Amino acid sequence: MTTALLVWKMLLFRLKEFAVSAWFLLISVLQPIIFATIAFYMFRTGGKPGTLLYAALGAGMMGIWSSTLFGSGGALQWQRWQGTLELLVASPPPFVIVLLPMALATSITGAYALVSTLVWGRLLFGVPLHLAHPVAFAVAVPVTVLALGLMGLLLASSFVLYRHANALSNLLEYPVWVASGLIFPISLLPGWSHPISWILAPTWGVRAIRAAALGGSPWGPIGWAALLGVVYLALAAVFLRIFEYQARARATLSLT
Amino acid sequence: MAVIEATDLRRVYETTTGVFRRRPLEVEAVRGISFEVAEGELFGLLGPNGAGKTTTIKMLITLLLPTSGSARVLGHDVVEDAREVRKKIGYVFGGDRGLYERLSALDNLRYFAELYGVTGRAQKKRIGEVLEIVGLTGREQERVEGYSRGMRQRLHIGRGILHDPPVVFLDEPTLGVDPVGSRELRQTISGLVQAGKTVLLTTHYMFEADTLCDRVAVIARGRIVGHGTPRELKSHVADRTVVEVEAFGVDEETVRRLRGMPGVTSVSIEDRDQAQVLTIQSPRGLALTQELPAWLDGAAVGRIEAREPTLEDAYIALVTESAE
Repeated sequence: MTTALLVWKMLLFRLKEFAVSAWFLLISVLQPIIFATIAFYMFRTGGKPGTLLYAALGAGMMGIWSSTLFGSGGALQWQRWQGTLELLVASPPPFVIVLLPMALATSITGAYALVSTLVWGRLLFGVPLHLAHPVAFAVAVPVTVLALGLMGLLLASSFVLYRHANALSNLLEYPVWVASGLIFPISLLPGWSHPISWILAPTWGVRAIRAAALGGSPWGPIGWAALLGVVYLALAAVFLRIFEYQARARATLSLT
Repeated sequence: MAVIEATDLRRVYETTTGVFRRRPLEVEAVRGISFEVAEGELFGLLGPNGAGKTTTIKMLITLLLPTSGSARVLGHDVVEDAREVRKKIGYVFGGDRGLYERLSALDNLRYFAELYGVTGRAQKKRIGEVLEIVGLTGREQERVEGYSRGMRQRLHIGRGILHDPPVVFLDEPTLGVDPVGSRELRQTISGLVQAGKTVLLTTHYMFEADTLCDRVAVIARGRIVGHGTPRELKSHVADRTVVEVEAFGVDEETVRRLRGMPGVTSVSIEDRDQAQVLTIQSPRGLALTQELPAWLDGAAVGRIEAREPTLEDAYIALVTESAE
């Protein structure tokens, strides 16, 4: 309970920190609108009924992923630059507890992307916002945001040790969009790539959200997204223990 | 029981050299350091830049693993019981970094209070006390980005003592702070010791060490080259005379020549404003002032003054002798 309260308080602090970052808000709000606009035009040309909401949800998810990726990837490097990483590592709680709110805050801030995309789609393109399963939708969105945050935590864990690893985040944006089926269904991808898609939380998150909004069975994908989130958290906890020890051995905590 | 114990601490950094053909390179930053700090003591680690002070302090606060040797803080091993050590210590680094700039001082303190388990009503009370101690009451709602260097440094100290730790590590806390700010910080540090805390302070400001520290260890090239109370260290050079020469245009060759002057035990040079100040040590009774202008041939010589040795002279003598 104490740990949960600590995570909650630190999450509020991180959200406040992001809220005063114009750059981060720009990434979270404006970028998805640009993606959404492109996606709307592409899907409208296809002329299939119901695909505009499909595109809007995909574009919103793209925004959540971008925010999580750049936020989690950049957060640790930013802590290094401003000299706070050592303070965080040397604080009493396990580092995973310190890093968790940071990663969750990036995906929660990214949820603005979903909201702004849907509002944009409604106002400019007349996208109908009728939800097939409103309750499931209300569950699917936070579970997905949480799972993506935990995926960001797993990625960020390696950034403790490898200070240039956040450059990797630039490479992971587009492949995850494609492999998770955010732009088009993964059934269009070659069979060998499907196992990769299955271990990515956005795959199940977007399936859950689309099924809840457009009709289908959302609970299975919600469960998979939640399960993957738990696995990411467990792996991140193990990795962070190892990487923190190695960072103390290699003296990489204060290097920028 | 000693509160801080370092036994034969050693730290080697592994790095690489070269651009295309990288070769491994080992840098031995700390070479077998041992010392103890007693409860309620303010212990100073003095040394020039790169002497190994920060590396030593980072090993003690669990941010770096020692390559060999061991260290204990309040009986806890800094490698095996890192979490226990972390709970019981506070630490402050000098410089501008280490704060969340876009947020207020209050937000910064609240965040670190949560991390250190100071929550609820106790947090509000403690933050109020800490702001009072570091003299930032009334300024806590302002964003840190608008703070002066001295204010930031005081906020750092506030952050470091939020959880009321019995042991505080201060790594060059007055670095880059103006004289008035430094004096206020020194008062704050004195207050910590009066409140019963054990403090380990690293600095290369001799006046600071002389004023604040109960005992000091001088560290040079990763080794302790002298330790004791400031008075004991000063006695190391009590048999010497120090001559300070204000000059212009003194080059390396002249300094080398001076070091060879009969009776001279050490020469150091420091740029001060527009001038250079040479500090020359020699055995007491040896009158150098008459001869010096001739040895400084080619340089413009201003004031020449003989004075009693200070802690800084003892420090310079120890560091210089360790290099020979």
